[in-house]
Amino acid sequence: MKIDIILAGVGGQGILSIAATIGLAALKNDLYLKQAEVHGMSQRGGDVQSNLRLSDKPIHSDLIALGQADLIISVEPMEALRYLPYLAKDGWVITNDQPFKNIPNYPEMEDVLAELNKISQKIIINADQIARDLESPRSANMVILGAASPFLNMDYDSLEDAIRRQFGSKGEEVVDVNINAIRAGREFALKNK
Amino acid sequence: MQKLLLLGDEAIAQAAIDAGISGVYAYPGTPSTEITEYIQKSKVAKERNIKSTWSANEKTALEGALGMSYAGKRALACMKHVGLNVAADPFMNMAITGVNGGLVILVADDPSMHSSQDEQDSRYYGKFALMPTFEPSNQQEAYDIIRFAFEYSEKYEIPVLVRVTTRLAHSRSGVQLAPIRDENENSMPKNLRQFILLPANARVQYNKLIEKQTSFEKEAEESSFNQFIEGEDKSMGIVACGIGYNYLLENFPNGCPYPILKISQYPTPRHMVEKLYNSVDKIIVIEDGYPFVEEQIRGVLDNGKEVLGRLDGTLPRTGELNPDHVARAFGIDFYEGAPVPEIVKPRPPAMCVGCSHIDSYNALNEVMEKYGDGRVFSDIGCYTLGALPPFNAINSCVDMGASITMAKGAADAGLVPAVAVIGDSTFTHSGMTSLLDAINDNSPITVLILDNSTAGMTGGQTSSAFGKIEQICLGLGVDPEHLHVIRPLKKFHAENVEIIAKEVEYNGLSVIIPTRECIQTLNRRMRQRFKDKENKSK
Ligand SMILES: Cc1ncc(C[n+]2csc(CCOP(=O)(O)OP(=O)(O)O)c2C)c(N)n1
Repeated sequence: MKIDIILAGVGGQGILSIAATIGLAALKNDLYLKQAEVHGMSQRGGDVQSNLRLSDKPIHSDLIALGQADLIISVEPMEALRYLPYLAKDGWVITNDQPFKNIPNYPEMEDVLAELNKISQKIIINADQIARDLESPRSANMVILGAASPFLNMDYDSLEDAIRRQFGSKGEEVVDVNINAIRAGREFALKNK
Repeated sequence: MQKLLLLGDEAIAQAAIDAGISGVYAYPGTPSTEITEYIQKSKVAKERNIKSTWSANEKTALEGALGMSYAGKRALACMKHVGLNVAADPFMNMAITGVNGGLVILVADDPSMHSSQDEQDSRYYGKFALMPTFEPSNQQEAYDIIRFAFEYSEKYEIPVLVRVTTRLAHSRSGVQLAPIRDENENSMPKNLRQFILLPANARVQYNKLIEKQTSFEKEAEESSFNQFIEGEDKSMGIVACGIGYNYLLENFPNGCPYPILKISQYPTPRHMVEKLYNSVDKIIVIEDGYPFVEEQIRGVLDNGKEVLGRLDGTLPRTGELNPDHVARAFGIDFYEGAPVPEIVKPRPPAMCVGCSHIDSYNALNEVMEKYGDGRVFSDIGCYTLGALPPFNAINSCVDMGASITMAKGAADAGLVPAVAVIGDSTFTHSGMTSLLDAINDNSPITVLILDNSTAGMTGGQTSSAFGKIEQICLGLGVDPEHLHVIRPLKKFHAENVEIIAKEVEYNGLSVIIPTRECIQTLNRRMRQRFKDKENKSK
């Protein structure tokens, strides 16, 4: 088993929380893991990505090669497009459709969606709306993780288990909010894939 | 023993704790910052009372580490590559004094300049100072090397340089820990004259350093971190340094047909290189950073076997290495992915909404309009982002502290008025001496010290300047009539413009200190306070 994931977003959107959950689940499944992160200047509202690699064999490179990513998981639609050169021919793109506009020349949303729709295998989800419907607007990232979960090649229960361990110290309520979010995202993906 | 999922930086920090350090001395700088932060948060480090407060700059950090080593204890010093320029004086000379307690200098290079002004390769410094140098290929090796480096340092009474690059520093992987060692007890150096680099002593010490080189070379030849891996196909031999080794293995998942020399310990193991060189038709060198080993193998004359690498374009001359570059170097065919759609726009970093620097620049820009472009010298920090639109407010960013001295030099040349803009942490890092030069000449410049009470760019570390800037300026001799503390807020805009305008017009030295906390650290503090309150009420 080997899976290469590019997580994408804008500095401050918290893509590393998604990586942390997948990472916890991977460790429980005794997988090898490498996760390259962006720290530093770009975190000030610039484009950021993380290369997350899981495998049952030792992993060498911290970086994913061009055309090799099985998944692009993005919390922002234009940022999903930025990493298309990394997507494998049979890869999937899972992305939020809610733009984060902190540049004056952000493209027209319909152009962004048109580009996303050209991708053959994708889940485009309004994670912000789903999170708001669950009355937990801050769990949008978990909704996106849920939408990516059918493609992770990993036992789904181990993800919920990871969330329990990750948020356990913050109380039952926080755990439930995040579990509900990941379930809602997963349900959406299973229906729309 | 425990296996942890750690960033390269965290593995280094954990290794230093486990190696029995009594102090870490550092100034923040991407990609090295997380090392010290990890030690600051570590429970074991707290129990052991390991010294971990931020130093004012890299030079003071390295000197602090040397002092701790003098007194017999182990110390780690950390910095980013350009920080070693600042610390170069103690760095060069501590190779000559030698050490008592183990001393390791960790320098994180930033090829591709993700967050830096240049991509200098610290291995040259190691060679320059005649210091043993290590370059781990992965997180586990980073852990193992740091532990080993402290033993090495004490065995040969020599400071040891460990060099990593951004990718290793900021990538996470499983790391197997080894048992923690005791700290050293205090002890005096065996030779109480070794640290007195008067010429007569310095010559003796320098000769000792030269004599040690033979041992360092032998250590590198026999090191388990350097490996010779046989290969069937002798048409080519590969030298892979540090993280370059990973990119190589990534491209040969079913084993590499060519012989490989993996290098993670310097001085360059000459005999291993010779063995490879003599057994193959040509050599390719894969290294992240400058063509350091490649140049050594080519030699000045470069008239031996063919050597491929960064100098001949087999690999890019500049920038960070990656698996794609290495694949192309070997002519390996791979699917290069779909292009980035044209509509995708760059998203450069920017100052945060609510950042105090924005209000400072709005006021400064209004004042400078009548003088025209090109008069504002700046420095390194979040406020450097004032170079970007819509502000276009600054004209220089060279090295920490340079804003004030460059403004002074420009004013000396007749560019009057000239303005310097510097952050609080940068001011105490290297700006105070610059200001002194300007004060002593009563240079006609206006210095804005943007005090957001933190080192913002690197993530909000405690600033050595905290609560002290006004006093420092007065102490250095700034005329109190021309020293102002202002509040960079929209509602004070008109007032601030007036003060800045008056001082820019004044034909002498003035200092203005716009003071308001960084919005990021403020938010963090508020969240923490909220959490603490919640916990209390539980
Ligand atoms: C010699 C050197 N050391 C460290 C750094 C890394 N560095 C860049 S900006 C910065 C913090 C600057 O803080 P401050 O001057 O207070 O400005 P702020 O970012 O808070 O606006 C640091 C530590 C560097 N570029 N050069």
